[in-house]
Amino acid sequence: MSGEDQTIGSEPAVPSAQQEVPPWRLVSTLGTAGALAGFLIVFVFVATEPTIKAHKAMVLRQAIQEVLKGPASFDTLFVYDGALTAELPAGQDPESMDQIYVGYGDDGSQVGFAMVAAEPGFQDIVQLIFGYEAGSQRVIGMKVLESLETPGLGDKIEKDQSFVREFDGVTSPLVGVKPGRATGDEHEIDMITGATISSRAVIKIINNAIERYSPLIAAHNGGGVQ
Amino acid sequence: MRATTPHQDFTRGIWRENPVLIQMLGLCPALAVTNTVANSIAMGLATFFVLMGSSLLVSLSKRFIPNEVRISTFILIIATFVTVADMSLEAIVPDIHKALGAFIALIVVNCMILGRQEAFASKRPVGRSLLDALGTGIGFIIAMLMMGTVREVLGNGTILGFSIFGSNYEPWVIFILPPGGFFTIGFILLGLNYVQSRRKPKQLVAELPGAGTAGRAA
Repeated sequence: MSGEDQTIGSEPAVPSAQQEVPPWRLVSTLGTAGALAGFLIVFVFVATEPTIKAHKAMVLRQAIQEVLKGPASFDTLFVYDGALTAELPAGQDPESMDQIYVGYGDDGSQVGFAMVAAEPGFQDIVQLIFGYEAGSQRVIGMKVLESLETPGLGDKIEKDQSFVREFDGVTSPLVGVKPGRATGDEHEIDMITGATISSRAVIKIINNAIERYSPLIAAHNGGGVQ
Repeated sequence: MRATTPHQDFTRGIWRENPVLIQMLGLCPALAVTNTVANSIAMGLATFFVLMGSSLLVSLSKRFIPNEVRISTFILIIATFVTVADMSLEAIVPDIHKALGAFIALIVVNCMILGRQEAFASKRPVGRSLLDALGTGIGFIIAMLMMGTVREVLGNGTILGFSIFGSNYEPWVIFILPPGGFFTIGFILLGLNYVQSRRKPKQLVAELPGAGTAGRAA
């Protein structure tokens, strides 16, 4: 975008400044503009941050409700020092810790754990949350939180309800099978045609997360539940 | 110098000199985020907001900006408004913000906006600059909507998420993928140029007697 370009709707370029502009003016112009821009951005950031955070927390809460099939209540457990704990020692920042969520039914019995996990999919990291019943080692629900999979193909891992419902009650470890090859085994997930890599990624994310967390969950539940 | 009336400042950006379809500016967002009508509208409005804000500020402060640093200052102003738009969208419409992803931040490098600052707002009074930004912004939204409608209808069988063909329609998935953006803009431009090439001969004849003053054939 030089001065003499023929942009439509422009006027002939103004003759460039006749007299030399002192350097301090150039610096002060950019400095002032930068400072003003900084103030404005900080102002908007402070104004919008609570809303953005509240929304993220709400999305997470809804997702927990969804994958645990509507628990009466749930608690947050922090992964601290190789164990799950509901109370963090003072001085630890709760937001920086890995968290999993434990849901309870109406009678106070444990209905399952919700875990957030993320790994590479086809295009970018796929982040999902799933519900896991420790006693029966079953996955009870899955919801994709964030993905950039191909629209119309890979994004079926979140938009294709028949795929999402596959995860409502399936025994871990999960095994993906091509459509039509299912044998009715309780570990099987029917994969999506045209989204093989994305469906496989979802299955892998869940299996890895269960592998990672199940010792912690077993210890938390008193060791003998499994 | 071709003097323009305020009316022309406003209307020319809308269609006759449409930023995307005629000037070929801002093609990146027009190709990248027009896979649904909702995304097109959000991107159009965000760009519109940035364009209006920057034009106002550039026009207001043009006396204080030395010629040597004008482009950097324009970019700084544009980037500020983009950041404001980015945060506001995330707070107000988080789902759409998620769908637009990195393309909101990329409004900064939309040549259409910088072009209007350099070519118009930095040389004109505030009122005219706002009219020009208004027209150009509306033109951009129109172009985005044309793209988004074609692509969502063909690629997904829906408009704004409402199914229009019933469940028997097999979506033409390629239209919501990147190649579909190129096909769509290609066919829209083909159609526009065809209409123009048919109109041109008549106009030239009409304008010949007054030769010398004939402006650009529209």
